[in-house]
Amino acid sequence: MTDEDKVMLASEAIDRYVSSGDCVTLGGFTINRNPMALTHEMIRQEKDRLHVVLHSGSQALDLLIGAGLVEILEIAYGANGRIAPTCVRFRKAVEEGQIKVEDYSNYQISLRFLAGAMGVPYLPTTSGLGSDIVIKQGIDERLRNQRESLPDNKIIITQNPFSELKEPLVLVPAINPDVTLIHVQKAADDGTVRIDGLSFTDIEQARASSHVVVSCEELVKSRELRAEPWRNCLPHVLVDAVVHQPHGAYPTACFGYYDYDMEHLTKYRQISEDDLEFEKYIDSMVRHVGSFGEYLGMISQDTLNSIAAESELGYARRKSR
Amino acid sequence: MSLEYSSMEMMTIAAARRIKDDDIVFCGTGVPLLAAVAAKKIHSPNCTVFFETGAIDPDLDEIPLSVADPRVMKGASHHGSLLDAFNFMQNNRTGPKVLGVLSGAQIDAYGNLNSTSIGSYTEPSIRFPGSGGACDVASFVGRTMIFMKHERRRFVDKLDYITSPGWLTGYSSRYDIGLTKGGPEVVISDLGVMSFDPETKRMYLSHNFESSSIEKIVDETGFNLDIDEAQQEPRPTKNELSILREKVDPLKLILR
Repeated sequence: MTDEDKVMLASEAIDRYVSSGDCVTLGGFTINRNPMALTHEMIRQEKDRLHVVLHSGSQALDLLIGAGLVEILEIAYGANGRIAPTCVRFRKAVEEGQIKVEDYSNYQISLRFLAGAMGVPYLPTTSGLGSDIVIKQGIDERLRNQRESLPDNKIIITQNPFSELKEPLVLVPAINPDVTLIHVQKAADDGTVRIDGLSFTDIEQARASSHVVVSCEELVKSRELRAEPWRNCLPHVLVDAVVHQPHGAYPTACFGYYDYDMEHLTKYRQISEDDLEFEKYIDSMVRHVGSFGEYLGMISQDTLNSIAAESELGYARRKSR
Repeated sequence: MSLEYSSMEMMTIAAARRIKDDDIVFCGTGVPLLAAVAAKKIHSPNCTVFFETGAIDPDLDEIPLSVADPRVMKGASHHGSLLDAFNFMQNNRTGPKVLGVLSGAQIDAYGNLNSTSIGSYTEPSIRFPGSGGACDVASFVGRTMIFMKHERRRFVDKLDYITSPGWLTGYSSRYDIGLTKGGPEVVISDLGVMSFDPETKRMYLSHNFESSSIEKIVDETGFNLDIDEAQQEPRPTKNELSILREKVDPLKLILR
């Protein structure tokens, strides 16, 4: 594949690299850098029966769950900061038994991606000793056997083989998702990726996956990013597709480019409390919309201006009321 | 009796007073974050605030609403990954200095926390967000401070799910299971301050706030709470209140 072939529309990238039934992970963290444009495309193409693995998910995850595409969820946290103390569609889906959910901690999930990236079957930690996280399973054996992407066991407690004291250790299983979806500030036509601000667990997620689809605020020439390679986060060879989509994380934030849209996220939380209202929202804002660009066209220019980041802050200064 | 401050302000200041100058504070958002920023501006200018998302010692010019808010990124000493942030809690140099600030939907007498679900785990009646990094922090760091809304349904005899390990069943049980560091040090609620007995590791009332009687605290606690040591927490000083209102949360994003 030549480098130029990696640049494509979101519709093409999702069609090519995601299948129904895949194990998927999403980059970003709560209200920051959610791959919204790629998630909208997943919903339009009805990539369903997904096994999603994630540390702290919010807007993108909540939409995928609300759209009925998630069957299995391994997760540490589903909330949207102070805007949604628990993501509403996530909460409803778990309470109503619509998805199979199994809990880990943020560190444990991050270690699972790291193990996947390292090519080792598990990694040890002491996190969770004495908690129910290391005991209670949410996914039964039948499903574990059915799904290749699920580990045979959730967590195994063992003893330190290097010490006579035999200290207890928690082993978390490696995870190798089929695909990672991330949104970043800059990507090059050859797939080189640069993230500004916090990278969360994006890098380990990408390294652990069979495929990586990246959307970016700015699509630049490879030589521009290669002029300062120490600032780059993923090498070109790890990335399969590059989608140029400014505001591709909206309504979540993208450091240095725009803030999260408090009003949109708050309204989303209210709407998502009501099943019918939520269906209307997802139909009119996602399913029956041609592209993410068309969705952004429904957001007023004033709104987008009001969340534009100030260059010295990386976010939009709050106005005093 | 009407007071010139709210219970949330009292709670924030009571917590801030317990943050020391050489502490490295692991913070979530909301009142715990206000407490850390207030401590920094009132009496502990050198304490370092960091977030599980990997931001260490940012400017915090504006109050972040999530630990991934871009407001935790500006002016930081370092941006690491989640793995870096959790390793910062575990290494022998910085780990023991970390004061982890946690919260939950339910707490028991040994400071174990539930932020996962109510009812059976596989068929819960109420689902909460889950651990996030709370279980990790509770497992790793030198000391933990817990924030709770003081209600009988939250201070319970038995948790529906142990998300974050505290002193487990008391005495040496935490150590015996393999958690050799840390454990809850203090619980700050909107009614008072609780500590843990050095031997039994059971929660007791150390301070009630001016606005809350000891009887009310006992009433709102779903387990037997020792009150023999209880004394009144000093009310906020003018200086503490003015810094909190004018410099910490001037837009009243948290303190409504």
